[in-house]
Amino acid sequence: MSEINKKIKEIIDSNEVVLFMKGTPDAPQCGFSMAVSNILKHLNVKFEGVDVLKNNEIRQAIKDYTDWPTIPQLYIKGEFVGGCDIVKEMFEKGELKNLLKNKSLLS
Amino acid sequence: MPITKNDISTMIMSAFPDATLELKDIAGDNNHYSAKIVSKTFNGKSKVEQHKMVYRALKGKMGNELHALALTTEEE
Repeated sequence: MSEINKKIKEIIDSNEVVLFMKGTPDAPQCGFSMAVSNILKHLNVKFEGVDVLKNNEIRQAIKDYTDWPTIPQLYIKGEFVGGCDIVKEMFEKGELKNLLKNKSLLS
Repeated sequence: MPITKNDISTMIMSAFPDATLELKDIAGDNNHYSAKIVSKTFNGKSKVEQHKMVYRALKGKMGNELHALALTTEEE
């Protein structure tokens, strides 16, 4: 595994909820990243935001890592959950909340 | 370079011949689209896998020439 993939794996493994995004949760730089960040904030779940604009290597590598062409990307307990469309859909159907509850990340 | 609605439609329909496709140019700028795709080929697959199938059909254009495609996939 390349150095950058090791780094990505480490980030995903050491944070229960990670969002790879453009900008930060407090200052998102893209509407799609903002949408997912706002959903997580709304659910009151603690998450780590990784700003890919600050690290061009991660920006490209995270797309190859999961074979997913776009940012944002949400990972929960090491598992890729989806991008903006999937997360929004799961949120609207209540599935995201259930997933977080099942993983004991929400009470 | 922007990508036309026709291009997207052709790529999706050749990958999913049975699909019902609702494709919209949501900003009228050949750059922000929404697509709803209903196809039997999605049956039994996770949402992540379904969306990956669509991205594969778009042959690497997603995230590059194609900046934004709000995607909804449904099993038939």
